[in-house]
Amino acid sequence: MLSNAWLIPLLPAAGFVVILFVGKHLPRKGAEVAITTVGASFVLACIVLVQWIQRVEDHDAHGALRGFGRALLPASEGGLTAVDHSFTWWQNGAVKFAVGTHIDGLAVMMLFMVTLVSLLVHVYSTVYMEGDRRFTHYFALLNLFTASMLLLVVADNTLEVLIGWELVGFCSFALIGHWWEEKPNSDAAVKAFLTTRVGDVGLMIGIIVLFFAAGSFDIAAINAKALNGDISHTLLLVSASCLLIGIIGKSGQFPLHTWLPDAMAGPTPVSALIHAATMVVAGVYLGARLYPVFFRGFSIANGGVNAMALIGGITIVIGAVLAFVQRDIKKVLAYSTISQLGYMVMALGVGAWVAAIFHLFTHAFFKALLFLGAGSVSHSGSHHSFDMKSDMGGLRKYMPVTFVTFVIGSLALAGIFPLAGFWSKDEILVTAGTSGFTAFLVVGLVGAFLTAAYMTRCVYLTFFGEFRGHGEPHESPRTLTVPLVVLAVMSVAAGFINAEAFGVEKFRDWFEGAVSLPALQHPAFDYPKAVISVTVAVIGIGIAAYLWFQREELGPFRGFTQRNALARAGYRFLENKYYLDDLYEKVIVYGIKAPIARISYWFDQHVIDGAVNGVGRGTAKVARETYEVVDQKVVDGAVNGLAETTGETGGLLRYVQSGRVQRYALTLFAAVGVLSLALWLVY
Amino acid sequence: MALNQYLVLSAFLFCTGVYGVLARRNGVLVLLSVELMLNAVNINLVAFAAFTKNISGQVFALFVITIAAAEVGVGLAIVLLIYRNMRSPDLDRVDQLKG
Repeated sequence: MLSNAWLIPLLPAAGFVVILFVGKHLPRKGAEVAITTVGASFVLACIVLVQWIQRVEDHDAHGALRGFGRALLPASEGGLTAVDHSFTWWQNGAVKFAVGTHIDGLAVMMLFMVTLVSLLVHVYSTVYMEGDRRFTHYFALLNLFTASMLLLVVADNTLEVLIGWELVGFCSFALIGHWWEEKPNSDAAVKAFLTTRVGDVGLMIGIIVLFFAAGSFDIAAINAKALNGDISHTLLLVSASCLLIGIIGKSGQFPLHTWLPDAMAGPTPVSALIHAATMVVAGVYLGARLYPVFFRGFSIANGGVNAMALIGGITIVIGAVLAFVQRDIKKVLAYSTISQLGYMVMALGVGAWVAAIFHLFTHAFFKALLFLGAGSVSHSGSHHSFDMKSDMGGLRKYMPVTFVTFVIGSLALAGIFPLAGFWSKDEILVTAGTSGFTAFLVVGLVGAFLTAAYMTRCVYLTFFGEFRGHGEPHESPRTLTVPLVVLAVMSVAAGFINAEAFGVEKFRDWFEGAVSLPALQHPAFDYPKAVISVTVAVIGIGIAAYLWFQREELGPFRGFTQRNALARAGYRFLENKYYLDDLYEKVIVYGIKAPIARISYWFDQHVIDGAVNGVGRGTAKVARETYEVVDQKVVDGAVNGLAETTGETGGLLRYVQSGRVQRYALTLFAAVGVLSLALWLVY
Repeated sequence: MALNQYLVLSAFLFCTGVYGVLARRNGVLVLLSVELMLNAVNINLVAFAAFTKNISGQVFALFVITIAAAEVGVGLAIVLLIYRNMRSPDLDRVDQLKG
């Protein structure tokens, strides 16, 4: 199965085609095809996972016998190898364009995670999207979305990555704009597409530079050359910077994160899929996939500060701060995603490769859980509203399953021991601390504090206090709660596969195997740092809980932002999202658009209108001339002339028609005489 | 008697008939002139029959006499009707078909 992994993306892609053509005529409007194909992909991904783990364990056993330790040795020294399966697509001179699959630990982990989350989202959507006017269309695109992401994951060359990357971007555009009849939704879709497109330009340039630097599109070859030092540092720096722009665009990093909160305009299951498994993790995945390029390009081994870690660090803080001022529960989660993606990018930037993808893995589960929980709240609790302040509150009594799972997700996100988020976040922080990036350790701790606090606010506003909405809130149907429970279990359990405190490092053993990586530090579990990070999170929860639950006793703090000018200005600054949207729309977009619009207007008025008017006037003139000369003189002249000639001939002939029989007879005899004469003359 | 003399007589009679048909105004006289032309033809037929010793000319002459009788009957009826309508046998006045 490892060499036939191409089946995994192919199944949902085939499902997409089937749903598109016959979906509307099926009894469940195409949902059954979507779930079957994604379910089959999930089963195949599980088989791949089991076989891969088997392969790693076997190899470790053999390696131990022969005196090698881990599977991490380079392939040339008997290390574990990836499973490649590819063929030449087309060839141009000596350059081969291949298409194929490259299955190593990273790809196996992603295959499992993407198919699982996607399957749960599919199941959840059957109820959540029930009765939607484009139900079939929705499932078709959901399938294509999954297929594109899986293609990106198994890709063995950068061109294939680019194809998957762009398809993912397109699908998220189409799904964010699913309810495009309302202008804000279609605006959000266009914004998501155009903003990520800015990053895509960087990705494309990066791929081209890497091709000329390494002479190949093959990822394994590029990584090998980057590791061996066959590519100059300058070229690596250029390509890493370009690829980083791609990651910034796709994974919602500062300063191109502005599309992500707007992407909440799409249906909630789509948000879950985008934020957990498909769209935004594509950037982090690219970073992990071409890690040697980044590692050498940004000289990560030297410690200090580099662009990747810096971008990630900034993103952690700005995303988390913005989550405090949102009324919309989905926007809180969106900013939380931005912040958590910041952790992953920062982890890559500080050399914590395993921690980055481990956080990607755990984050997928609890973020999908939180989004689907928010969807469940809006579906059954708040009448399709996402506004926490006006339509929610006190829902814990009405929606116990949703409440419990949501709280588990929030605690996992906040990094509370022993939930999944704790293990992955802790590993990032420890690695940052021990490999010379102390500043980013501090940033990570600040992020952990903020994360815990804003999630407490979110949980309080949604589930505690008095119910502020209208109608009868009730628990969601089983189709919605079962995916929540599955994800909650994963959010609790997923962390333990790399729980270093208990000496378990299975995640690293399994998924680092056969990935070409530089020599990385794997610091041991650090109790003081773990205690500090959990304490910080607990303090965050405590302060936020105190501020919200004891609001009546706060007295001087109530209405603080209304009274204090400085606090009000700060609040307004946050509410306007640091004015970044204004900067992009009013300064950059307008600055480019206005002169172009003016030039286009001038061109329109003078050149196009001139041409159109000229043609119009010319036509009128030609028509008048035609009328006067051709029609009046030639055609009418011919007709009238014919009539007049006929009339004159008739007038002449009427003298012959005298009515006198004898004259006719005279004519007759005269004619006979003339003819006889002629006859006589002839003979 | 030579054939020529008959033919000359016949031509003279025919020309007289033609002249009468074209120049006379009275319908009765026009009919008479037509008879003259017919009989000129009869003379020709008989003359050639005698000359060639072939009976068919005489047969034709007999046919012509018969048809002439019928023609006179119809012609006189027409003239009578003209007279009744116009109060005159003058053919110049019958020009209602003038174009």
